Amino acid sequence: MTRKISLGPLNRVEGDLDIQLSLDENEQFIASAQVKSTLYRGFENLLTGKSVMDALAITPRVCGICSISQSVASAKVIADFAKTPMAENGQRVTNILLASEIIADILTHFYLFFMPDFAHPSYEKMAWSEEINTNFTAVSGTRHGGMLKARAEFLHIMGILAGKWPHSMVFQPGGVSKTVSISEQMKLLGIVANFKSYLEQVVFGDSLEAIANIQNQTELENWQQHHAFNHSDLSLFLVISDSLNLSKFGGNDGSNSQLLAFPAFEQENGRYYQGGVFLDNKIQALATDNIIEHHQFAKLHGDQFSPKVGITQPDIYKEGAYTWCKAPRYNNNVMETGSLARQFINGESLATSLVNNTGTNIHNRMILRLVELAKLTLQIETWVTDIVPKNPFCYPLELPKEGQGIGLSEAARGSLGHWMTVENGKISNYQLVAPTSWNFSPRDNQGTPGVLEQALANIPYQSTQDKQMLQHIIRSFDPCMLCTVH
Amino acid sequence: MDKKLNLLWLQSGGCGGCTMSLLNAEQPSLFDAFKNSNINLLWHASLSDNASNNFVDIINDITTDKTQLDLLCIEGAAITGPEGTGGFHMVSGMDIPMVTLIEQLSQKAQYTLAIGSCTAYGGMSRSNKNQIEVKGLQYIASQKGGLLGRDYVSKSDMPVINVAGCPAHPEWILHTIQAITLNKFEKDDLDSVQRPRFYTEHLAHHGCPKNEYYEYKASADAPGQAGCLMENLGCKATQAAADCNIRLWNGHGSCPKAGYACINCTAPGFEEPGHTFCQTPKLAGIPIGLPTDMPKAWFIALSSLSKAATPERIKTNARSETIKISPDMAKNKK
Repeated sequence: MTRKISLGPLNRVEGDLDIQLSLDENEQFIASAQVKSTLYRGFENLLTGKSVMDALAITPRVCGICSISQSVASAKVIADFAKTPMAENGQRVTNILLASEIIADILTHFYLFFMPDFAHPSYEKMAWSEEINTNFTAVSGTRHGGMLKARAEFLHIMGILAGKWPHSMVFQPGGVSKTVSISEQMKLLGIVANFKSYLEQVVFGDSLEAIANIQNQTELENWQQHHAFNHSDLSLFLVISDSLNLSKFGGNDGSNSQLLAFPAFEQENGRYYQGGVFLDNKIQALATDNIIEHHQFAKLHGDQFSPKVGITQPDIYKEGAYTWCKAPRYNNNVMETGSLARQFINGESLATSLVNNTGTNIHNRMILRLVELAKLTLQIETWVTDIVPKNPFCYPLELPKEGQGIGLSEAARGSLGHWMTVENGKISNYQLVAPTSWNFSPRDNQGTPGVLEQALANIPYQSTQDKQMLQHIIRSFDPCMLCTVH
Repeated sequence: MDKKLNLLWLQSGGCGGCTMSLLNAEQPSLFDAFKNSNINLLWHASLSDNASNNFVDIINDITTDKTQLDLLCIEGAAITGPEGTGGFHMVSGMDIPMVTLIEQLSQKAQYTLAIGSCTAYGGMSRSNKNQIEVKGLQYIASQKGGLLGRDYVSKSDMPVINVAGCPAHPEWILHTIQAITLNKFEKDDLDSVQRPRFYTEHLAHHGCPKNEYYEYKASADAPGQAGCLMENLGCKATQAAADCNIRLWNGHGSCPKAGYACINCTAPGFEEPGHTFCQTPKLAGIPIGLPTDMPKAWFIALSSLSKAATPERIKTNARSETIKISPDMAKNKK
């Protein structure tokens, strides 16, 4: 008889999460884990029968954390359905806003959700313990005030371009409803410059360009050797990660990793993130027809569906079901998605080096998020500079009465897709597959556990430090449960 | 103030957006605001520490009166489905429905705050036939009652304070909390649907930068155009009780400032407008939803007068993304 342990409610994640562990016979290791989403809202069903354009008001409210990603996917699903192009200025403003949301998320995750776990009594003998307790203890840590100020001032970008955040309706299939004057363009550059100097002084202790230019694991290790642990928050994390072996926990080795990323950030010539899948040890083109959602362990009716024809109908007393989250699979494969996946699939050299050397794990997920923070901040400057105020921001739209559309994007936590069917001018079906649905999925119809469920299996469960490692593994995914079950 | 005030924040059937909005607080930022008001954060799922706080212990200490609960903030609608069981949202670690926990805690709270429109009135989750049976804490849309019942008052003899908005502005939340801690918040500070009057005694229309277009009913007919959004694009700012265009969001913004309609998100029932959100419903070419406290005939008479008197500059710019005729050009033309 194995003992079962419930970790819930887990705090410092977005939304409601419970995890049930089964220990092995000797109670030394975790034999298996079940990841449970405990809240059902049925947001997809709110869209049935509504006008197509109402999706732009309803879908951002799926999630207040990833609200812009939802809006972007929704604008794209309508654009795909109506076969309408997007004005180049509209793309730039959309990209700036989506990147800003991802950046704000990375900061919130690092400072408020992930790092406070090291301010824990089980680490009081560590060399970095005092530093971390002072700076990162939840709510009272000295770093939080400065981060919240920098973050709020950076999000003035939302005020200028989106009207407000979260829940903006600026995003349109043909572009954006906000035009940008030359003065606003200059103001945006000023906001980014201020934010850059905060990142350089506090988070990185180096220029963003230098951080974005770290090419491989060796260069990262060299950087670490030249920067003492109390030099910046990045150097502090690197020391903690080394001392706790965070690169050994929470994932697979490189050749066994299975990664997914959707194309994102459309630009004049192609896009910033190409998207694709990493399977059988090679990067391949994405084919959305391979995405199927399995229902066996979700408290939902039905067996398995492509999101094109998916249904979301609760079946609360279904036998064996333990979560409200479906299990999305790509050709029956369990896929991890997120910052690490999209940079690796995009062929970015540091991501390639880290994943090839040590695979998917806590350390690599965290480092690649921070590097993405630097890269996207620099990229925002480019997009702002590229805006041509005299050119159009939004192309006109004509909606057909019938048809289907797919809208893909990346959110902070990974790949987000919307699928829509329209009949008689009204939405007849709308399904969305969210990033954490991939990462925190239950077992699929073959019985294969999801990404986190696999990452928790075979982890020691004895000392308080062991138990704390679980918290690091779980939070290294930056789960967003609100999107997950929606 | 000598005593710390205990605040417990629970997330129910919502999107977490009001917490994200709260993190946008400036001057002071969120944790400084709590500190300044002597707030002790007992629990917030996104923010609090788990090394010293155990959720179940915190709840038990409140229900057994070991800990005084000064401020209970609920974010998200009360989900009572399926069939009234509340089973769509169970509290992990306690195995009881969230609505049961909210009911228990509301009996202990000195003040109960509904953060955001879904907590106050049901909000977006209530739309399309309310399939998960959501309720606001003391309302279902504009009908009084809700989860806690029409006669509910917290220990301080106050009804639920509805900090409505989708999301709520960080200052709407924090200024309410701050005023409570200074004993400066009373029943008559609430409006007819229990929202703090300090932000609902304005209309979202007040301070709208599109005011000149509104005066002449010079209207945009597609997103991105400079004109007024009321006639064609669904804007309800002239009916919406909120100070968005005065207070501004994220330092600079408001919905109309970014070129899209105010959808009256502070109001009960905003989620079911009865028409496409960003399209103004009309009868014989005249918008149905006119300013609430103005005789319709007068509004139409004034509108046709002002439309006839619209300067070329305003008429042209209203349908354009960029300003085609600036005031100085118009002046030089004459």
